[in-house]
Amino acid sequence: MSKALRLSALRGAAFFGLLAALPSFNLAHWVLNMLVFTLMYAAMSSAWNLVGGFTGYPSLGHAAFFGVGAYAVALWFQHHAIHSGYEPFVILPLVGVLAGLIGLPVAAVAMRTRADVFAIVTITLLFVAQTLAFNLHSITHGAQGLSIDPAPFSPATFERPFYYVLVGLLALAMGITYLTIKSKVGLSLASIRADEDKARGIGVRVSGLKLLTFCVSVGLTSMVGGVWAYYEGFVYPQFAFDPLITISIVLMTFLGGRGTLWGPILGAFVLELSQQNLAYRLGGSQFYLIAYALVFLLIMLLLPRGILPTIQDRLRYRRRRAGAAEGDDRPSAPAPRTAAAKVAVGGGERA
Amino acid sequence: MSALLEITDATKVFGGVRAVDGASLSVGANTITALIGPNGSGKTTLFNLITGYLRPDRGRVQFAGRDVTGMDAGSLYRRGLSRTFQQARVFPQLSVQENLVVAGGYTWRQLFTRRVSSSDRNRAGQLLAEFNLAPVADLLASELSYGQRKLLEFAAVLMSDPKLVLLDEPTAGVNPVMIDTMERHVRDRHAAGITFLIVEHDMSFVMRLCDPVIVLDQGKPIFSGRPSDVQTNPLVLDAYLGS
Ligand SMILES: Nc1ncnc2c1ncn2[C@@H]1O[C@H](COP(=O)(O)OP(=O)(O)O)[C@@H](O)[C@H]1O
Ligand SMILES: [Mg+2]
Repeated sequence: MSKALRLSALRGAAFFGLLAALPSFNLAHWVLNMLVFTLMYAAMSSAWNLVGGFTGYPSLGHAAFFGVGAYAVALWFQHHAIHSGYEPFVILPLVGVLAGLIGLPVAAVAMRTRADVFAIVTITLLFVAQTLAFNLHSITHGAQGLSIDPAPFSPATFERPFYYVLVGLLALAMGITYLTIKSKVGLSLASIRADEDKARGIGVRVSGLKLLTFCVSVGLTSMVGGVWAYYEGFVYPQFAFDPLITISIVLMTFLGGRGTLWGPILGAFVLELSQQNLAYRLGGSQFYLIAYALVFLLIMLLLPRGILPTIQDRLRYRRRRAGAAEGDDRPSAPAPRTAAAKVAVGGGERA
Repeated sequence: MSALLEITDATKVFGGVRAVDGASLSVGANTITALIGPNGSGKTTLFNLITGYLRPDRGRVQFAGRDVTGMDAGSLYRRGLSRTFQQARVFPQLSVQENLVVAGGYTWRQLFTRRVSSSDRNRAGQLLAEFNLAPVADLLASELSYGQRKLLEFAAVLMSDPKLVLLDEPTAGVNPVMIDTMERHVRDRHAAGITFLIVEHDMSFVMRLCDPVIVLDQGKPIFSGRPSDVQTNPLVLDAYLGS
């Protein structure tokens, strides 16, 4: 195994080992509840990053697929009974495939546009989905919402199954991201993000890769929506199709670093933990929205590429200056960017 | 001499501008054909029509004996028709080596293999050595000089083993040493069997390297022949000096 590979394996094992161990520390319910939401956002940010980060298509419509997943689970269990409590988790793959299939025509149309137009087209989709949920009364019960039978888990460890399923979804999203980065899919996506027309002209499978990435991304997002619906026990249109969900995952990914493996996870942990903490301590107010706006402004001004890429640049710059000071025989040539330099910061495209 | 590329009556209109206006021309196999003409005469637009970046409003494009009119740029590239751009287009956030590897024209299956495999490294390595880019292989393309980027773009489109390469102003904006380098690479690759169609303003470069020369004016060829005849042709002089 190469040194780089060993390091990323270690980092992944440490992170997921810690996540797996956390519930056994007898954490208070509110802490576990907070972690459940943090994992939801981490998984969704990671999924969004495939489209918004690696491919360069800033989707604002992902919350629509969160809602699709939530309603899919809620509707399924209007007609099916919950016995062991694990049934909703078992149908998650189905929910993901369904959302992916819905995503296919959406991507085929929306991804003909780019950048700001794409963002507007996709957020429109979100409002269309919400309107449908309000108005397709016979299916969704409109504003009344749908309820799901409560999970028959022991109250003492009620959060655990949800927690572990979400850890699994996060691992899935990060695993897909890692494989993407390490394969020619990731290389091709990077070319699409940089110059789509040029990429097309050198035989990169632009249209197919955009569709594939979008479908996988929204499929993952919908599975998180399914877990959320079951965890909450009810779905209402305004919460299942909530623009704030979209805003949050975009913000988290921007904060941590678009197009990196760990950036969205870092962003989700920082923002969601602080927001939930504030909400818990200050009571459920909407003041955190103002904080969100401020955070977004600060990121755009100070760290336009996010935390991880900025640290990466700093380290590279330092290494390069150190190299020049040591009397490198190519003082004017920038130091080659080695795999080791990438790994040191953890989260570059190749990390 | 058989034609590798044959354009018949190609027309492209932008709003009111007839950028390419019923142009017919052919590029013989194993030639280094020059396409010259005043600014705005439609050279780049013609390149876009040939390489599938634009669809002609009218007319046909045949490449290697097949009608490829309206085929998309990616498919043409896979069939051996490569081009570079007037303003060099490379992927700045990819390494120099990755800029080559990404241009390999992969099947879906290959896309799910390693980002840069050892065989990719070999294949790219040969081109990098040939184009003297091996020392900068691991730098980001954004860290290269403009001339180096032009070389990189040229080297990258060779990854598909093209039959025909279209170069749009390969020497524009690069230093004199780099112009000689560019000339050498075209000669080497021509010797290895690649046909070239080159848009170029540097007339001494054209005179040294190209035969035949096609002159475009207002979207139509007005001359096609030997380089020695081009500068004495009254139609050509007229086009350049304005009538
Ligand atoms: N995408 C476009 N939209 C509108 N007009 C264009 C476009 N591309 C080229 N043109 C016009 O077509 C004419 C030919 O341009 P071009 O092919 O770039 O010429 P050349 O490469 O010979 O300088 C010019 O008048 C130019 O302004
Ligand atoms: Mg031009």
